Amino acid sequence: MDYVLAALIGCFIALGVYLLLSRSVIRMLLGMTIFGNGVNLLIFTAGRLTREVAPIIPSGLDQPEGVIANPLPQALILTAIVIGFAMFSFLLVLAFRAYQSLDADDTDTMRVAEPVDEPNPPLSY
Amino acid sequence: MDELVLPPAMIETMTAAADWVIVLPVVLALMGAAMALMLRKAGSLSFMLAALVICAVIACDIALLLRVLETGPVSMTMGKWLPPFGISLAADLFSAAFALAAAVVTLVVLIYAEGESGRDERDGFHAMVLLLLAGVTGSFLTGDLFNLYVWFEVMLIASFGLMVLGGKPIQLDGAVKYGFLNFLATTLFLLALGLLYGLLGTLNMADVMRVAPAANPAAMAGVAALLLLAFSMKAAAFPVNAWLPASYHTPPAAVSALFAGLLTKVGAYALLRSLVVVLPASRDLLEPLLVAIAVGTLLIAPLGAIAETNLRRAIGFLVIGGVGAILAGIAVPSQEGIGGAGLYVFHAILTMTALYLVAGLIERGTGETDTRRMGGLYAASAPLSILFLVLILATAGVPPFLGFWPKLLLLQTGIGEGGWSGGLIVVALLVNAVLTLIAGSRLWGHVFWRSAPADGNAAPLLPQTWQRLGATAVLVSMVLAAGLWPNGLFEGLNAGIPDMMDPARYVDAVGLAGASP
Repeated sequence: MDYVLAALIGCFIALGVYLLLSRSVIRMLLGMTIFGNGVNLLIFTAGRLTREVAPIIPSGLDQPEGVIANPLPQALILTAIVIGFAMFSFLLVLAFRAYQSLDADDTDTMRVAEPVDEPNPPLSY
Repeated sequence: MDELVLPPAMIETMTAAADWVIVLPVVLALMGAAMALMLRKAGSLSFMLAALVICAVIACDIALLLRVLETGPVSMTMGKWLPPFGISLAADLFSAAFALAAAVVTLVVLIYAEGESGRDERDGFHAMVLLLLAGVTGSFLTGDLFNLYVWFEVMLIASFGLMVLGGKPIQLDGAVKYGFLNFLATTLFLLALGLLYGLLGTLNMADVMRVAPAANPAAMAGVAALLLLAFSMKAAAFPVNAWLPASYHTPPAAVSALFAGLLTKVGAYALLRSLVVVLPASRDLLEPLLVAIAVGTLLIAPLGAIAETNLRRAIGFLVIGGVGAILAGIAVPSQEGIGGAGLYVFHAILTMTALYLVAGLIERGTGETDTRRMGGLYAASAPLSILFLVLILATAGVPPFLGFWPKLLLLQTGIGEGGWSGGLIVVALLVNAVLTLIAGSRLWGHVFWRSAPADGNAAPLLPQTWQRLGATAVLVSMVLAAGLWPNGLFEGLNAGIPDMMDPARYVDAVGLAGASP
């Protein structure tokens, strides 16, 4: 099972990086999301997979009786998902506003902050 | 009824009352941000609130610094679980001093921003500044790697908001590049954390220090390399620096100043903490790479500043050059190396912020952003030219200004290290100083010394508000005073370096479960 998930994570990250290398902002955004999900899956897998044993300690005991699923990676992923979703929403709105006011969803034509055809700096001093 | 017996993983003694100062700066800033958000329509009331909150944060940071000086590293763990289970905040002298410098700089920028026009466009500005301060302080004071990731994201979302505040097209353009690359950097950091957790089963810094030596060194080096990539992107080190000059000149000057002072320095601090203190064995494996990155950053950045004509973009390249100097200290972490890197972070927090504030005064006074259309400002305002020159000399590291002292330590460490890595770093630092001086004096010459160009600003400087002038002057005099009387800084370094070299006291302060009492 670990190997299947590892391969899946590899696919997610590869696809995310591929989309991030694109010039279209929307494709970059999708790439970011897929990349983030690959990372979440990686944390989940790195926390070791245990099937069908909920991490609940029976009452009256200090520690669980047998092997249980590791709850910590799930807490970490939950945090990461929430944060990732907030960032995704912000970047989506940003991409839309940039499309509206710059009329560009291609990073090559998005050159307001870094003009390309500026004259050379002066040679004095 | 039986008496409740707590399992050995729970904290049974109260945290000492004085140790609570470690959590107060973060809590105050977060609560202040929430209140400032509610008061965002209330005009100057929200400014008063933000200023008061930051003053309180500064007071707590000073108390924390004194406490650390007195008793050594301070730690506090949340939620009654002992450290590898509960989330720790932990501060040694370096983190406490950086948190203090960050809060001071934020207060100065807040006052400066109050003198800017277009207040109605700055809805929520104070809330986001406080949130940014909370993220930065949390990053400095945390003792847990996943918690560091969370503070990075707090900082990131606040900086996104600040960057697009006002919504000019140029800001949106800069924010797209800033946003994507920084989000990618924190996601890479998260990736490294996932692998680290899989290898060690813990993310508490003190616990990682304890168990990392037993782990597979090759796998740990991979994790360290990912951390290096992620934090280098945050710190804008060469070759992943392109987002900084693409975005830092787009928001208002006060916001640029805040970013330049705080954000890249947090990335550099995270590198220092994670590679030098937490994973020293993996850092040794990455040393050639670190030397190459440091040398590349030191050389490329001032060349960029020389070729750039937009004033704030040129200063952005100088910010990157400073990151190169910090990396040089991380690449050769002898006693002087760590001291030099730490002192440079402190210097860069103050000086880079001040540089952007002065640039804001120049841009506001002339109504231009491009140095090609500026000139003759010396005649209009000699004091402004002196402020700029002092900061340029401090950045280049000319004695007796502040930037000289960390560079002196770094040069000493390079010479002491010897070999090709020490030699390369010494040469790169010296060349960087000369190139930075050329870039800075070129800017000074173009903006102040030459006569005004025909198509440029012929009119005298537009008037400035007292908040902007006063805040800038105060910050520059802090830079000047710290450079002229560096004894206090060196005493602080002497007290702080041992905990970075040998984190035994830090680990003790965190107090891991299962460690011998």
